Amino acid sequence: MRTEPSVIERMPRAAAAPDAPARRGARERVVVALARPGVRLALLAALAAASVAVFVFVGIEGSWAFAVPFRLRKVAAMLLVAVAIGVSTVLFQTITGNRILSPAIMGFDALYVLIQTVVVFAFGAGALATTDPNLMWLVEVGAMVVFSGLLFRWVFARSARSVHLLVLVGIVFGVLFRSVSSLMQRMLDPAAFAVLQDSFFASFTGVDETLLGISTVAVVAVTAIAVPLVRRLDVLLLGESHAIGLGVDHRRTVTLVLVLVAVLVSVSTALVGPVAFFGLLVANLAYLVVGSFRHAATLPAAVLLGVICLVGGQFLLEQLGLGTALSVVIEFVGGIVFILMLVRKGVR
Amino acid sequence: MITVASATKRYGRTAVVDDVALELGDVGVTAIIGANGAGKSTLLSLIGRLLPLDSGRIEIDGLDVGATKGDVLARLVAVLRQENHLTARLTVRDLVGFGRFPHGRGRIDAAGRAAIEEAIAYLDLEPLAERFLDELSGGQRQRAFIAMALAQDTRYLLLDEPLNSLDLRHAVEIMRLLRRLAAERGTRVVVVLHDLNFAAAHADRIIAMRDGRVIADGPPASVMRSEVLEAVYDLPIDVREIDGARVGLYFR
Amino acid sequence: MALLAVASTFVGVADVSPSALLAQGSDGEAARLLVASRIPRTVSLVLAGASLAIVGLIMQMLVRNRFVEPSTTGTAESAALGLLVVTLLAPGMPLIGKMGVAAVFALAGTGLFLLILRRIPVRQIVLVPLVGIMLGGVIGAVTTFIAYRYDLLQTLGTWMTGDFSGILRGRYELLWIAFVLTVLAWVAADRFTVAGLGRDVATNLGLHHGRVLAGGLAIVAVITATVVVTAGVIPFLGLVVPNVVSMVIGDDVRRGIPWVAVLGAGFVVACDLVGRLIRFPYEIPLGIVVGVVGAALFLWLLLRKGSRAH
Repeated sequence: MRTEPSVIERMPRAAAAPDAPARRGARERVVVALARPGVRLALLAALAAASVAVFVFVGIEGSWAFAVPFRLRKVAAMLLVAVAIGVSTVLFQTITGNRILSPAIMGFDALYVLIQTVVVFAFGAGALATTDPNLMWLVEVGAMVVFSGLLFRWVFARSARSVHLLVLVGIVFGVLFRSVSSLMQRMLDPAAFAVLQDSFFASFTGVDETLLGISTVAVVAVTAIAVPLVRRLDVLLLGESHAIGLGVDHRRTVTLVLVLVAVLVSVSTALVGPVAFFGLLVANLAYLVVGSFRHAATLPAAVLLGVICLVGGQFLLEQLGLGTALSVVIEFVGGIVFILMLVRKGVR
Repeated sequence: MITVASATKRYGRTAVVDDVALELGDVGVTAIIGANGAGKSTLLSLIGRLLPLDSGRIEIDGLDVGATKGDVLARLVAVLRQENHLTARLTVRDLVGFGRFPHGRGRIDAAGRAAIEEAIAYLDLEPLAERFLDELSGGQRQRAFIAMALAQDTRYLLLDEPLNSLDLRHAVEIMRLLRRLAAERGTRVVVVLHDLNFAAAHADRIIAMRDGRVIADGPPASVMRSEVLEAVYDLPIDVREIDGARVGLYFR
Repeated sequence: MALLAVASTFVGVADVSPSALLAQGSDGEAARLLVASRIPRTVSLVLAGASLAIVGLIMQMLVRNRFVEPSTTGTAESAALGLLVVTLLAPGMPLIGKMGVAAVFALAGTGLFLLILRRIPVRQIVLVPLVGIMLGGVIGAVTTFIAYRYDLLQTLGTWMTGDFSGILRGRYELLWIAFVLTVLAWVAADRFTVAGLGRDVATNLGLHHGRVLAGGLAIVAVITATVVVTAGVIPFLGLVVPNVVSMVIGDDVRRGIPWVAVLGAGFVVACDLVGRLIRFPYEIPLGIVVGVVGAALFLWLLLRKGSRAH
């Protein structure tokens, strides 16, 4: 069953049967078209655009001049988060060669929260109030790049033999980082504690809008670096020795990708807080939906699915009067998907 | 020509490859044999720059493998280790297509497409070209990876124990194929083999390693001798000549 | 351990030093504080620590996996969910009733975990706690959602973070139930070991496998629920204590049990002391301190050289 789409996908390109389209019925042609990654991507894009349009324009009761820009800012934040989480997870899964891993599961989100806490702890809430948040963000991202890289190398050197061990270690590191953060937060004075408290819980509505600008810059920059990499990333899917054999500078590429991942995780965590399973969810959905292993297809697919889940999900939940529950719903669904992936046979 | 000059690789205190000096690639098929832990796979990985050298120098056609850019080397030498677990689901044609990566940074032109089809045809993989790798048998998958290396279109081909987990028929097929590659395309094949009789039957030159050092090197006739093989494997091996070919008997 | 308990009794914001006690006599402020707050607190710490450590040991015997305990199997999260449900539906119920409901939920959650475990093709040792933690996450998401709907997030937060600062006389006596069950578990320890060897072996040795398993899980559920209801979740305690004990004195369960109990109690009392002293006069909840220490110890167990985790 599962081989079918690809066989069909290849037929037009391989020019196996030039007269075949004439004989095929209209329905078959639709099936063939649907099997192509490009067509599937276009459909996803349309769906994502529709979600955005519905979210921005449906149900405006008061003034459009107020409501539309207000909602657009919300959408912009969700788009940034979708890019950050989708791209970082797919990249991370490529360099680790495993589809049950994500930066969040390896404790990267919690690490960022810890860094934020340490920064507040070190400089005090007073400094926090007077310092430019963008500068603060840059300091945090810099620390994040360094420490996530160290954590990754250290954990991988010690537990790469078993993926399950790796994941468990990552999760416990997450717990440790979170516990240390709460410990430090309790030791702060109440004013500083209030500043930090928000960063502990994921919320897609209470987005920190002061950081929208710099987040946009970061996401655009990362994308600009990642796009020329896509073919090299494809080669990384073959594993380290094949990649080196085919002329990819494996160590350098992995390091570069890790830096990109660290920046993206910082973007999403600073904007909405830690979200454990969202990346896992969209990345695996993307592989499933797009039917191609190439990053030129999987990366945009993960982003688009992220937009659909976030914007569409937010819209639906708001209609149900459950506006701020999106993160909980995502954790719930994502957790179940993760358990299924673990339990399913053949996970290595 | 592949020149290995006092190459050394250590894990902790033990030198897995210990001050090895060799010239490789003078003949069609060179086999490296030895017991487990003799350092043969490590040596191959060093040549294929999959592992960094601790000391010494390795040159391929005058290019230092430690200092030359990855894609330049990738057009000169193809290396296959037995590490065939893939996360992504790839078809055979997708995989073989990766062999063209060093030639166009991932973009495949008409010549590249021709090379891919030729490699697929060379290994009789046409009926399987659209199949996913995880649906193939071990021998078929091994052939697909060799086809990828073939599409890479290199002068040197390094293979690490390509016969592992293959049944006898497929093992013989792979060895014949390597011979054919050497004869028809002039490819210089260096292959690490577990079974000394496959080496004796198919290689032009056999290099025997023990404890990280080369202890015998020469045409099969000179290496396939009881006293040499006993020193290599620490096992009395009776060598007989059957129809002009030397065979080591070690089963009893 | 005894020293720690004494220290725990006499450390606090108000002056309850022995000298103050002597000076004020048995009717003084210090004595009242001692009886109403300090002694209950120390006793409850000892009871909770010892029984949670034993619970971890029982679970490890039953599942035959060194990395399970209530917070890595969804048990603690299920108990919190049960507590939330009963708080919503029957807020007036006495504490023991709430504890009962939480225990039923804990039992159901643990049962669900065991059902999932049966479906895991290869029993990889670290996969088991991984699935358990994920299950706990999913149950936690449900709980958070309900709590959010009814504006109980803050209450939920206190349940999920073990804290003994609110313990007063009259609010901790439930923990004696845990104590009784712990003693019971002690007596039955050999049966759990045998049950852990699997149905066939157990039956062969003349043991009713299902009954022992159910009994063990019931003990686990009730003790977990009791601690969650009185103080909140204390993560990783049942995991690190038995593992450390077995590293020191070996895997002989019968010999290990007293050590596990004492070390569990000592660990909790010490962490509580740290939480009270680190930012004196404010208190840091025990759950947070144990979270830091316990997670670090867990990581060490996983990553130390020669670990059998692989």
